[in-house]
Amino acid sequence: MSKQKQKFLEVSTGEHFTTGNHAAAEGALAVGCKFFGGYPITPSSEIAEHMALRLPQLGGNFVQFEDEIASIIGILGASWGGVKSMTATSGPGYSLMVENIGFGMMTETPCIIINVQRGGPSTGLPTLVGQQDIMQTKWGSHGDFEPIVLCPSSVQECFELAIEAFNYAEKYRLPVTLLMDETLGHMSERLIIPDASKIGKVERKKPKDSPEEHLPYKADDDLIPPMAVAGEGYRVMVTGLTHDERGYPNLNVETQDKLVRRINDKIRLNKKDIIRVEEYLLDDAEIAIIAFGSVARAAKGSVNRAREKGIKVGLLRLITIWPFPDERIEALAEKVKKIYVPEINYGQITREVERCVHGKTEVKGIFKLGGSIHNPQEILKEIEGDA
Amino acid sequence: MTEDQNELLESEAHPLDGFLREGRIPHIFCPGCSLGSITNVLIEAINESGIDPKKVAVVSGIGCTGRIAGYLNYDSFHTTHGRPIPFAIGLSVTDPERKVIVISGDGDLFAIGGNHFIQAARRNADITVVCVNNFNYGMTGGQAGPTTYVGQFQTTSPYGSLEEPFNLPNLAATCGAVYVARYTALDVRRVKEAFSEAIAKSGFSFVEVLGSCPTTYGRRNQLAEGKKILEFFAEKTVLNHDADTRDIRIDKDSPIIVGKFVDIEDKPTLTDNLLALQRVSQAKKGR
Repeated sequence: MSKQKQKFLEVSTGEHFTTGNHAAAEGALAVGCKFFGGYPITPSSEIAEHMALRLPQLGGNFVQFEDEIASIIGILGASWGGVKSMTATSGPGYSLMVENIGFGMMTETPCIIINVQRGGPSTGLPTLVGQQDIMQTKWGSHGDFEPIVLCPSSVQECFELAIEAFNYAEKYRLPVTLLMDETLGHMSERLIIPDASKIGKVERKKPKDSPEEHLPYKADDDLIPPMAVAGEGYRVMVTGLTHDERGYPNLNVETQDKLVRRINDKIRLNKKDIIRVEEYLLDDAEIAIIAFGSVARAAKGSVNRAREKGIKVGLLRLITIWPFPDERIEALAEKVKKIYVPEINYGQITREVERCVHGKTEVKGIFKLGGSIHNPQEILKEIEGDA
Repeated sequence: MTEDQNELLESEAHPLDGFLREGRIPHIFCPGCSLGSITNVLIEAINESGIDPKKVAVVSGIGCTGRIAGYLNYDSFHTTHGRPIPFAIGLSVTDPERKVIVISGDGDLFAIGGNHFIQAARRNADITVVCVNNFNYGMTGGQAGPTTYVGQFQTTSPYGSLEEPFNLPNLAATCGAVYVARYTALDVRRVKEAFSEAIAKSGFSFVEVLGSCPTTYGRRNQLAEGKKILEFFAEKTVLNHDADTRDIRIDKDSPIIVGKFVDIEDKPTLTDNLLALQRVSQAKKGR
């Protein structure tokens, strides 16, 4: 995005040719993010750099913290300070963040984390693509919670899903992860940013009762408590300990059961609102590919080539990774004779798909262990080889 | 005893009612622990500061001192182990009017959270940090920590601690804190003064309070009652505001030097700098 074009507007309306990292940062700004706390890590650093440039112009704050642990807890503090806040990182940084993502889940704190995935384990492949944090975003932090994780496949979608990630975070009161990958983060393509009036913004629900009556963790019928933040006179009490409706620590079986059930159920009962998939030529498909992120782009190419050869292949692209679209995949399993799952890891989504199909169809993972995305021809060859 | 004081003793109301959360008392602190009196003077200092209570936020980490935030009737945050300082920075920069006070223990702030402390001091984050140093990990049963002095007996130093402890005021001063003081829990009047001064300061202010932990520190070190620890402080404490912070390490035998060691005026805070940056960046059209 050319710097001349950047006015001091939250929404950079217009047509741009830019990277996924910049697009995601612009999405966050467009939906009103006013605090970024982060630590440099490849391949996500351009998000921090872009926020460092843009946030002060919009009256927001950028703080480069001393590590990823400080970054995540800093943005949780900023969220309780009353602003939309975010961080961006990659696998190793996300690993450092998970304890406090759990704190965010337990205290029901809206914020977003962008994870631009690279190859792992450990330092792995800093500059090359991976899709290896699927399970980390679900199970990384201890205890039971239902995360929301969104997975874009294009630069346009990096922008759009950054907005949606914030909207879900505000609506359901939890940290939401936007799970990108190195290919998407660094590739450039067209991005169309709509007029500011077209950006759908969700804001956290505020309490309607007085500070004297208010119970900060008393949920409404939708299982989500309205959120008073610091400085509003509600004298909020926030703890990662098991807490009752007053927010007070209450370490007993009943309080634990009620709280943990609720923070899970507020997501489970709203799967319909949260789960998004894209279906491509699935209506008459005999073979399905399930893919996500940058690999889904290659998979679409494979579908097109297969169709040219008369093989009825379709694509189910996962946009929401968590909660997982169990029912959709179970239904697909009734229709197709085989499901291929190309992914840049050693079978993280494949195993989820196997779980959902209940043995009704064959599932085959096509794994790359990190460093490159699949070639459309490669996936096609696999399908043809089995035919 | 005057008539007023008699009235107070008979009253069911406590002078700090309203500043402690209803329903959170009794607290978890042991008999002889100094956290009660420290909490008491912290509330008094906040109160007397004249700051709108709505604009006060108190943040703790994990541990015995980490429980204090949760008893106070301000916006209060009981965060994860070691992380109250960066959380406080997030709260602080999002409202320049907000006074954010971190109160936590030595293990929380200087072992698991040590990096956050030095970095926040370097940035001159606009927060007050109070460390109640009880020389050990109390809540988990008396393990040695980063302030345990050489020769001190704890459950993980059964033969006496081997490691040099942190000299906290020196660490804070070296890293750029604008206000640094150390007192013992015996001298609550000076502790309160230090809290008041630290709270009035803009920038990174730090107060170390040497606390009494008879249960897990004292009974392994011939100081098994709160009173004995306070007597030990009375015996060993030397007030010296002019001390060079390099010379005030704590060991088993030397005097404990207390005082106000650093008080610097007009150093721009992180918040000041961020606000200035907003003005500058809005005046320019990019680079």
